[in-house]
Amino acid sequence: MMEIPNELSYSKDHEWVKIEGNIATIGITYHASDSLGDVVYVDVITSRDNLNQFDKFGEIESVKAVSDLYLPLGGKIMEINEDLNNNPQYINDDCYNKGWIIKLEVNNLDEMKNLLNAEEYKKNLE
Amino acid sequence: MSKKEIKLLMDQSKKGRKSINLPEIGVKKSDLPDKKFLRSELILPEISQLDLIRYFTNLSSLNYSIDTNFYPLGSCTMKYNPKINEQIASYEGYAKSHPNQTEENIQGSLKIIFELQEELGEITGLPGVSLAPLAGAQGEYAGLLIAREYQKINVMNEKSVALIPDSAHGTNPASASMAGLESVTVKTTKEGDIDIDDLRSKANEKTSVLMLTLPSTLGLFERNILEITEIVHKAGGLVYADGANLNALLGITRFGDLGIDICHSNLHKTFSTPHGGGGPGSGPVMVTKQLSKYLPSPHIIKENSKYKIVSPENSIGRINGFFGSFGIILRAYVYIRSLGIEGLKEISENAIINANYIQEKLKGHYDLASSRHCMHETVLSANKQKLNGVKALDIAKKLLDEGFHAPTMYFPLIVEEALMIEPTETESKETIDDFIETMIKISSLASNDPEKITSAPKNLPVGRLDEAQAARNPILTWKQ
Repeated sequence: MMEIPNELSYSKDHEWVKIEGNIATIGITYHASDSLGDVVYVDVITSRDNLNQFDKFGEIESVKAVSDLYLPLGGKIMEINEDLNNNPQYINDDCYNKGWIIKLEVNNLDEMKNLLNAEEYKKNLE
Repeated sequence: MSKKEIKLLMDQSKKGRKSINLPEIGVKKSDLPDKKFLRSELILPEISQLDLIRYFTNLSSLNYSIDTNFYPLGSCTMKYNPKINEQIASYEGYAKSHPNQTEENIQGSLKIIFELQEELGEITGLPGVSLAPLAGAQGEYAGLLIAREYQKINVMNEKSVALIPDSAHGTNPASASMAGLESVTVKTTKEGDIDIDDLRSKANEKTSVLMLTLPSTLGLFERNILEITEIVHKAGGLVYADGANLNALLGITRFGDLGIDICHSNLHKTFSTPHGGGGPGSGPVMVTKQLSKYLPSPHIIKENSKYKIVSPENSIGRINGFFGSFGIILRAYVYIRSLGIEGLKEISENAIINANYIQEKLKGHYDLASSRHCMHETVLSANKQKLNGVKALDIAKKLLDEGFHAPTMYFPLIVEEALMIEPTETESKETIDDFIETMIKISSLASNDPEKITSAPKNLPVGRLDEAQAARNPILTWKQ
């Protein structure tokens, strides 16, 4: 079963984005969390500088491997999901809600054109 | 193997129980030091001698090793360690020599080091050899430091990048980072070769080294190797080969003949010294003649039929206290000497045949990472089985139940649900057939009765452990 909610946007690196105003909530997709297996640790950079689209913003560690996290949009990290410190399993259990990773103040919404919609992301996985 | 779980010593403890009764003390008891210097309570198990002996004896019977069972752990080259290696390594003259003895006092040991340097130089085609590194990753790191030192002295422009294929060993980016280099990933094509166009676009004046695992972690020989080394050299960089997979190349090809400048080799894999318990390892570094003046010290040379300890002219310095893992060096020396040139070549040929035999027999049952002939190891994928809810992890657990060590899983990262199998040259056809049959049985259970696999292991002292919980909330000390 592959969950890809229609209302979200996606990067080829398997991050999802939800836009509200100029704030983007960002996490990893079900496909990503399923491939990683049980997540044990999420480490987000603490920098509050302006970051570019597709810059690395942290690492996610599962029982299998450590993978890099890439920003689907450029901007400033405003908030990190502190709940993940004690409950990294949220990423496996509920990646699109409780498993969100950061909230980002987006620089330029035009960069959305470099992302995929649900249909395109699904195709990209095949 | 007993199915019963062995209770921890602390859980077996009974207050007042003793392992030995000591006679009455003949001297006057003195008071304990002031309380503030003492820990409040030191919890130690109280247990009888018999229970203690049973505890350790039963634990030891749970050991799994190459001397007990087949160990198809890809990339780890778990081959048989001939017992003559152990016998010679235990000779008093070697076992009791001390690295602080004077040069003339340890000529025999120095001779072994010198001759193994020469042999590894011949085997890899890279004549500058240092046996100092204590493990593969340290050999890798020493190799990068040599490249950095050479470039610092001889190359004007700033070299800051290590190019690393996405199929490389995980230690490569770690070593690069320790050597102060930034890792840039080079892609692999669908056929399992390095993407030449991607390499061309990333190789430039900033390139310090390309770190190449050969054969790659997909178990494949890099078909464009000559073009690859040329591209990197033209860009002004050096080529480092991760020689962890050298078991596939002995007597067939040599790193030095392929344009490679630096490599390492794991004596504890290719040259059959014991490993798997965390060491000691040995990861010699080999370089071209031009780079040999940068080798770590100490280095052994032969002059007027005497062996001398020297430091190469522009040495990167010491990377550990003494001469490396001498006991391991000695075992590898015995191994190479007992096989000879022809024997070494046969090792690689048989390792390759065994891996291809497994690949061929299993290809209808599991997906292959590549349809090409493999080298000394084959990478399968459990993608097909995953459709029924059986993952690579479950297959690995089921293999434990069947008396096999699990293959390497989820590596290389570029293969989904990877199972990396390396039979080595030392297994008989019967053992390999037995393994193949078990793998086929597991694959058919995956379609017909997946629960049988996802609930494994059942035949071991403990069942499926909660690995995620152990990683998230490790409990590292015994608690009441």
